[in-house]
Amino acid sequence: MTALPQSTERKLGLVIDLDTCVGCHACVISCKGWNTENYGAPLSDMDAYGSEPTGTFLNRVHSFEIEPGCGGTAQTVHFPKSCLHCEDAPCVTVCPTGASYKRAEDGIVLVNEDACIGCGLCAWACPYGAREMDAAAGVMKKCTLCVDRIYNENLPEDDRVPACVRTCPAGARYFGDLGDPGSAVSQLVASRGGFDLMPELGTKPVNKYLPPRPKDRLKAASHPPVPVSQDSKGFFAWLDRALEKI
Amino acid sequence: MHPAPSVIIFSVLSGAGFGYLAFLGLGISTGTGMTAFWQFGLGIALAVVGLISSTFHLGNPKRALLAFTQWRTSWLSREAWIAVAALLTMGVFAAAAVFLERLVPIVGVLGAALSLGTVFVTSMIYAQMATVPRWNSPLTPAYFLASSVSAGAILSGHIALALTAILLLGIIQLACWWWGDQSFAGRGHSVSSATGLGRGGQVRLFESPHSGTNYLLKEFVFQVARRRADKLRAICIVFFILLPALIILADAGVLAIGLAFGAHLVGTLISRWLFFAQAEHVVQLYYGHQPTLGSGLADGPGQERAAVGSAMGAGS
Repeated sequence: MTALPQSTERKLGLVIDLDTCVGCHACVISCKGWNTENYGAPLSDMDAYGSEPTGTFLNRVHSFEIEPGCGGTAQTVHFPKSCLHCEDAPCVTVCPTGASYKRAEDGIVLVNEDACIGCGLCAWACPYGAREMDAAAGVMKKCTLCVDRIYNENLPEDDRVPACVRTCPAGARYFGDLGDPGSAVSQLVASRGGFDLMPELGTKPVNKYLPPRPKDRLKAASHPPVPVSQDSKGFFAWLDRALEKI
Repeated sequence: MHPAPSVIIFSVLSGAGFGYLAFLGLGISTGTGMTAFWQFGLGIALAVVGLISSTFHLGNPKRALLAFTQWRTSWLSREAWIAVAALLTMGVFAAAAVFLERLVPIVGVLGAALSLGTVFVTSMIYAQMATVPRWNSPLTPAYFLASSVSAGAILSGHIALALTAILLLGIIQLACWWWGDQSFAGRGHSVSSATGLGRGGQVRLFESPHSGTNYLLKEFVFQVARRRADKLRAICIVFFILLPALIILADAGVLAIGLAFGAHLVGTLISRWLFFAQAEHVVQLYYGHQPTLGSGLADGPGQERAAVGSAMGAGS
């Protein structure tokens, strides 16, 4: 049934640190790799070696530039974006077949691909562009929070986190229960002022974003820097003159 | 939003079909015997061809029957139910009119209500989308219903009703455009609000997440150049409103009604194309497109964007 659960026992989700993310896209690639080989239809590419390649991805990294109003240098912020596993997920309730659902036990939003007719309405309802229709399979693909990793006892314990979190070389991604105020991720969100994307749409995302920290401002240098090679003494001065004559 | 031909044809044809069936159900110019056969045949054919066309945009149409299961939450599922109920009820009414040469008012009124109900439910699929400010308004059901009722009124040949419906449709269509053009910026959505980065200063897209296109850009970031849209709106009003009204004022014969309906159908197609093509989805903010107040267009870096939009429009 595509009715949303009244509440979920846990709220598993991601915390993404915009201060730390370096925009390397490793999370994008590891996500594509894991989710092509595992749960559901593979994430296909179209015209992969042609002039206009396109493909299905569950996670994408946008890059933004913030230009401070009061002068100063602009700041680049890399912005990974995937399903936010919203508490009030509009993508779930619009589904006509019951293929989209939110799990009562952990709050993960999933697609039962065997029931998906590929109408695309859930992607219309999602403000975040978290769902992409796979052009080969004709079914809707989205982040599963690596549901086939996080509970997988065949994997070493270190690996029982989403592929994007496991691979992030900068440590900008965290995974945990955001419904438990005592969890490490909840405390991180509280201490760093984590925020929701487009809160005005009332979707109540579980995933949180940590804002970039304010940057240090360098004081104006008291002595302007001097080029180093302008002294005309000793060996280098002789070499300079000799080279000039050649 | 991408103006998918199958969805446009669906909403135009089934809208006209259900509109006509509503008039037939209410007994307005409804015949019996062979007249009824052709009248109901036309109404049901339009509705059914439209409904079949709607399945062409599905990724997996073979599972379409599952769409009947989620009527408690999904407008699309409700649409499946009410469309079938309307066609079955009108089928019974039509059979009685054709074979028994009898009009059964209770069945007809119920069928008419279900027919207009189907159009309303279809419109709610769009009107519920909080992600598309242009659609997310009571004007959307009003527009779909007025469009469907005026098509039905023209086909029924009831001149006074047809003229009233067309006039009302014209007013609603203009209201949709006027309100729709400021709906996105009016909501206060911006690249800053979408990313939550606005506190630090002015936010703009520095680099797209992918160099090529993708499903999201194709489906949600369709743009029409401003000049093109203005021209299309003018052409739309001519075919949608002016021509049908003038034709039926001049002559009420079968040929005139056919002509008026043809013009109205062309107008509806243009209007519906604009309904999709000009609808802006909030996800475009993450790609740096930010509509300005009153433009009705996603204009990021000005001219460059408009040129891209025009190229995309031409390619469709």
